[in-house]
Amino acid sequence: MKYGYYPGCSLERNARAYHQSAMAVTKPLGIEFKVVDDWNCCGATEYIAINRLAAYALVARNLALATKQADNGHQLVAPCSACFLNLSKAEYYLSNSPDLAADVNLALEAGGLHYTPGHLRVRHLLDIIVNDVGHDAIAEKITNPLKGLRVAAYYGCLIVRPAYQGVFDDPEYPITLDKLMKTLGAEVVDFPLKANCCGGHMTQISEPVAFDMIHRIIKNAADYQADIIVTVCPMCQLNLDAYQDAMNKFFKTDYHVPILYFTQLIGLAFGMAAKDLGIGKEFVDARPALAKIGIEVPEEEAPKKKKPSKEALPMPSMPEEG
Amino acid sequence: MTATAAQARAPTFFDEVVQATPGGPIHLELCLQCGTCGGSCPSGPDMDHTPRALFAMISAGMREKVLSSNTPWYCVSCYYCMVRCPQEIHITDLMYTLKRMAIKEGFYRKSSAAGAPGFSQTFIDYVENYGRSFELGLATRYHLSHHPLDTVKMATFGLGMFRRGRVDLAPKRIKRVDELKAILAKAKEIGGEE
Amino acid sequence: MSEERVGVYICHCGTNIAGTVNVEEVSHWAGEQPHVVIARDYKFMCSSLGQELIEQDIKEHGLTRVVVAACSPHMHEKTFRGATERGGLNPFLFEMANIREHDSWATNDKEMATQKAKALVMGAVERVVHHQPLEPLPVDINPNSLVVGGGIAGISAALELANAGYHVYLVEREPSIGGHMAQLDKTFPTLDCSACILTPKMVEVGQHPNITLLSYSEVENVAGYIGNFTVTIRKRARYVNESLCTGCGICEEKCPRKVIDEVFEAGLSFRKAIYRPFPQAVPKFPVLDVANCTYFERGKCKACQIFCPTEAIDFEQQDQLIQVQVGNIILATGFDLFDARRVPQYGFGRLANVFTSLEFERMVNASGPTGGKIVLRDGTTQPESIAIVHCVGSRDKNYNEYCSKVCCMYSLKFAHLVHERVPNAEVYNFYIDMRTPGKGYEEFYHRLLHEGTHFIRGRVAEVTDSARMPGEEGKLIVQAEDTLIGKQRRIPVDMVILSTGLEARHDSKEISLLFGMGCDFDGFFVERHPKLDPVATMTEGVFIAGACQGPKDIPDSVCQGAAASARVSSLISRGTILMEPVRAHIEAESCSGCRICNNMCPYNAIVFHEDTKVSEVITALCQGCGTCVAACPSAAITGAHFTNIQVLSEIEGILWDVRERVAVPV
Repeated sequence: MKYGYYPGCSLERNARAYHQSAMAVTKPLGIEFKVVDDWNCCGATEYIAINRLAAYALVARNLALATKQADNGHQLVAPCSACFLNLSKAEYYLSNSPDLAADVNLALEAGGLHYTPGHLRVRHLLDIIVNDVGHDAIAEKITNPLKGLRVAAYYGCLIVRPAYQGVFDDPEYPITLDKLMKTLGAEVVDFPLKANCCGGHMTQISEPVAFDMIHRIIKNAADYQADIIVTVCPMCQLNLDAYQDAMNKFFKTDYHVPILYFTQLIGLAFGMAAKDLGIGKEFVDARPALAKIGIEVPEEEAPKKKKPSKEALPMPSMPEEG
Repeated sequence: MTATAAQARAPTFFDEVVQATPGGPIHLELCLQCGTCGGSCPSGPDMDHTPRALFAMISAGMREKVLSSNTPWYCVSCYYCMVRCPQEIHITDLMYTLKRMAIKEGFYRKSSAAGAPGFSQTFIDYVENYGRSFELGLATRYHLSHHPLDTVKMATFGLGMFRRGRVDLAPKRIKRVDELKAILAKAKEIGGEE
Repeated sequence: MSEERVGVYICHCGTNIAGTVNVEEVSHWAGEQPHVVIARDYKFMCSSLGQELIEQDIKEHGLTRVVVAACSPHMHEKTFRGATERGGLNPFLFEMANIREHDSWATNDKEMATQKAKALVMGAVERVVHHQPLEPLPVDINPNSLVVGGGIAGISAALELANAGYHVYLVEREPSIGGHMAQLDKTFPTLDCSACILTPKMVEVGQHPNITLLSYSEVENVAGYIGNFTVTIRKRARYVNESLCTGCGICEEKCPRKVIDEVFEAGLSFRKAIYRPFPQAVPKFPVLDVANCTYFERGKCKACQIFCPTEAIDFEQQDQLIQVQVGNIILATGFDLFDARRVPQYGFGRLANVFTSLEFERMVNASGPTGGKIVLRDGTTQPESIAIVHCVGSRDKNYNEYCSKVCCMYSLKFAHLVHERVPNAEVYNFYIDMRTPGKGYEEFYHRLLHEGTHFIRGRVAEVTDSARMPGEEGKLIVQAEDTLIGKQRRIPVDMVILSTGLEARHDSKEISLLFGMGCDFDGFFVERHPKLDPVATMTEGVFIAGACQGPKDIPDSVCQGAAASARVSSLISRGTILMEPVRAHIEAESCSGCRICNNMCPYNAIVFHEDTKVSEVITALCQGCGTCVAACPSAAITGAHFTNIQVLSEIEGILWDVRERVAVPV
């Protein structure tokens, strides 16, 4: 399976662990990436705050460069949720707005480039691993199931909202990552704030707001007895991990919930060495949590589900559970 | 009935905001003032005005008050509002428009988030000159110019990042920066921005 | 070509037409055209004086054809046909040219409008000379009627007809009639006990000599046309012999299989495999749910049969197919509730103490799962604070754009019931607008204000159990913007009730196809005219009543049911009705028996005779759409009043000023 690949600025250094682990696990799954030649920053949530047309041109340059490359199946994969959103939003708006497309292409022509809207399909890394490779193929490669590890699957916002092309899960209550973690053998903790926002760049705008948003997520995952939070976006990882200490100080709490990338957990399940997956680069040390893998939890310790009493009213039936 | 318009109405503040937002139709005229956006917003409690209140003010033509509000700067782009809005209004995109207008007309300086545009501007300076973002440069420049006293705290944080190999000391650069610059310059020319 | 004498009348319609079209010029010009004996323009042709002009001219000038150039035929074709008839001509020797909607209302260019008016008039004149006199078709009306759906609308319709002395077949899908109204506890705004006002009507239906009640039955096939429908009904096997069953209920008591009752109890309680949906069910006979019966699964048990004192259980019972002849059909199939699971941020299905409106109705019902006590999902704890969330799934482009009309009122009703039964509870209603338009409705709202309900104007963004602040732990937190103060609020409560909207029945599309009529984009049945004719459909003889036409409350459903029966009564009392003769006819001698037309007919109006190998149009079913006329490769089908020569002549007339350059084959 061949795809175009747009790493995004974070994966170069800040989220190097994501890059390392992603490359390590996608190879055995048969995924081949063609990195967009000379890709530029997508602008995150900053460029569009200052410039309108230039922001779209900035993103469209990457779409144009990807189009020029062969062997990418007309698909562009982004591991970072913000890059994913920017690329899919630009693609969607260019496809639906001929005026915008005309203006953007005029700008691109100044650099000798052109993008035909509709040419590329933008997708997130989680999407192609789960939906293109499939659970069965992933399960085959597992040598060290993550049994004993309680994982909170944290999506953040931009991977599931809004519904531009490339969206693949429910915007309020997604389950793709939960199912993947289950396949890896982990015990998945269904915490309600799984698609809440990590705060994005709020740490630089207003610390109280930013820390509150981080606190909500960490507290919720901890309340549901998660050992570890798994993410799909470098921004989320940075906020929840690097600022966890500052958040603790602000709220006078003492949380130590490690934040890892989902590809790192896949790698561990595939029996790869932790340091080859970039584990150790986190602020909140993941090793104590990871030490739980493979340890049998005695029956008394496992949280018991209360049996409903005779008077209890039945709960409504739900469609397939994650 | 075909309209033989006597005189074209001059665009209102409302019209301006809608027209400056790409990816339309934006649907702002459909706002029922239901408050779902204000209710969903994670940073809503800290905003001067909830998104809903801001839209009522836009309808009322309260240009200065709207553009001096800290609301767009506190938007975290989580898109909850946009996904839940019963009238499918492109709320988050409108927030970006308000940011741009607030900067262009200088009203952001009146808001309690006067430093926010500086962050974005610093960010894009690097992108425009190198083609990539540069976190160390961004953090240092931004904090030195906006919160110089915090620089010490940032330094500790920065050290933590450095020790874990998570920060570049020098900016990365794309090969064809000139190509990018030409594209962006042309875009700004067409878009009427500088 | 015979010498027809055509009278042309150009209507001013005040300034609607005359303001744009130069009517005097058109009238003058028309008078000079071939066949036209007299041409007039007049201010308002539809007035009595205008009509009399036509009648007089026919008599005085010996007119044989009439053309009126005015508004749309939808408005006044009937009027002018009437005038033509009173003048002594067959009403179909009249043609109308629309120089308003198609001309003066479509442009401001006076010159073009006048030019087009001339073309339209010329088209009408050239067409009308080829018109043939036509006679309307008499159809006898069978005095029996079919009412589909035994909810309050269907019950009202059936009783009105039955009391008028006509026989009614009432078909109901569930084991008992009563519909959703039977599930309710109190009704707004009077707080009448729903069962108390409904059951007398249900009993009346069950005992009425003029009503044949077919419960646990569904319509399988409908054939025929107005006045003459043949309906096939499947009476599903109850596995209970109705002539022996006394309704004692021992079978239900002894049955060992408990199943969640998803229908009547909205999933909040259980029923047995053999059951009656509720104690006052009409008819009283229970029904055996084969899918959950131990005997049908494994051949064991038979407790019901063993204990039945009258040996009324019959495991060998089969479905019965019953065919009835009726003249008219009233559909009163009701609504389905919006599925609250589609809104994950409200937590229904995940958070135990989030309830839908129907679940709550069953809870407060005295004969419901909790005996009318308001409790949490654990069945025992009384809530101290309750949030009622308006507009769930309604007024929302993500789900249903329309307003479901009754939710504000029943939300207020819920608030009242909570105040009544849990006197110290805090009740919060989260709304966007308060919609209380009916009689006594606004006063009911004021009563709730008086009772101390907290009204927060803000659409709920989310319901969550993730506590953030003190006082939120262990509670359900309702987060919304209180728009009247402009601040986001988080209100911790014990219980949340979602006021879910009303939707069309989820199989309404299939049902509408069965009866040959249509649904709108939301699935509700389409009425003939939204303002002036809400009970008739575009299919003659098929009427609609109640929530299947659109969300509405009980008084409106009763009204509509009665209105539909009044309409049916009027048809029955006329005995024979006359139908428009604009229909297709197959010339048997020219028919090659290719049968292409058979499946093209959207009204199933064409039959193929196996013995003679020709197709024939059932005139009464034909709606004159013209599809078969166009499709027939042998040109064996004529559409009355739309013959080839008529249509082509009209085209020639419209192209009067460019005709020399255009060759039109006749």
